[in-house]
Amino acid sequence: MAGKNIIEITDNSFEQEVLQSSIPVLVDFWAPWCGPCRAIAPVIDELSAEYSGKLKVAKCNVDENPNTPARFGIRAIPTLIIFKNGNVTEQITGAVAKSQIAAAVDKVVS
Amino acid sequence: MTTPELYDMVIVGGGPAGLTAALYACRARYKTLLLERIGLGGQLLTYEKVDNYPGFPEGITTFELTELFKAQAVRFGMEHRSSEVTSLDASGAIKVVHTAEGLVHAKSVVIATGCAPRKLEVKGEAEFTGRGVSYCAICDGPFYRNEIVAVVGGGDTAVEEAIYLTKFASQVHIIHRRDTLRAIKVIQEEALANPKITIHWNQVVTAIHGGPQGVTHLALQDVLSNDTSQLDVSGVFIFVGLIPNTHWLPESVRRDPLGFVITDDHMATSVPGVFAAGDVRAKSLRQIVTAVGDGATAAFSAGRYIESLAHHG
Repeated sequence: MAGKNIIEITDNSFEQEVLQSSIPVLVDFWAPWCGPCRAIAPVIDELSAEYSGKLKVAKCNVDENPNTPARFGIRAIPTLIIFKNGNVTEQITGAVAKSQIAAAVDKVVS
Repeated sequence: MTTPELYDMVIVGGGPAGLTAALYACRARYKTLLLERIGLGGQLLTYEKVDNYPGFPEGITTFELTELFKAQAVRFGMEHRSSEVTSLDASGAIKVVHTAEGLVHAKSVVIATGCAPRKLEVKGEAEFTGRGVSYCAICDGPFYRNEIVAVVGGGDTAVEEAIYLTKFASQVHIIHRRDTLRAIKVIQEEALANPKITIHWNQVVTAIHGGPQGVTHLALQDVLSNDTSQLDVSGVFIFVGLIPNTHWLPESVRRDPLGFVITDDHMATSVPGVFAAGDVRAKSLRQIVTAVGDGATAAFSAGRYIESLAHHG
């Protein structure tokens, strides 16, 4: 499902891959049964290539990894959260335009 | 600065209407670009399954149907981009489409931007969106396993989604402002027979309340007696109609009082060279099957318009 610049994260790898990342991380919380999640997947792929090296892009399947979404109070998908230095800096709920996601990313990447 | 590329047809919106317009335009060998802001499929993807699109007697999931629409258009060379159209200048012979990523020029434009869910416009709705307030049962239903939820509305979508939510929720309350459902009979029968569904007639939601964990309860009011009550729920799914996505259109493209784009039988709008198809159009039945028909007609009419330009210079 994920493009080559995208990593899959789990409840177990979240701490290390996201919270301890040296660069900002965009986490796409999704599930296979969520149509809008699948619809924005190509946009997430495009962004991961465009921000390669400046932004880590990760996908978290909420079906297989229920603890991480619960920890952030996620009750709707797709939800995109941008983490910087282990903190939530931007959160987008629902499918939105690519330009809107890019604007949120631009706020945190240098 | 380089001159933007000129297309015969720019289709704005990648739902069933836009994808069908693209199929017809590409088969007729018009240089066509489809612009979609979020992802191909449109509103279709906020539903689980389609049971009323002919050719699929057992029904088909919306994701599969979208993939089939897309594959068919791509087979004939559809070009598409993830780009949001912010405005349209339709005053000249060459239409100028403004996007977040730059300008596109077109001889003709097909408006297929569909609709967005109408909001209730009550206190707490915006605050708790994504934390108990939802407009997509397929997306968010599984987060409410064994919890009590409410559905607001009484049309096909509201009642169908209430039935869908009984897969997860322990109880589903339908809040409806009238004393009968508007949903078609086959859907009503299924809902009324479902032991998990309770219908609250003649009730409106006046506020959505909650705390740090999200929604906790709804404030209801009886439209006949004005009596108020409280309903404890952890989620509320709102299906109270649609608002057309037309904020990007110039005033010259005529709309009806509800904001839907007015067209003739050829899908032509009030502006020459600008056509509309699908849910964004003023029409009586908003369904996939009517959207695809509109899309085909709009592309055909846009083609005839382009040919007329060629002949008259």
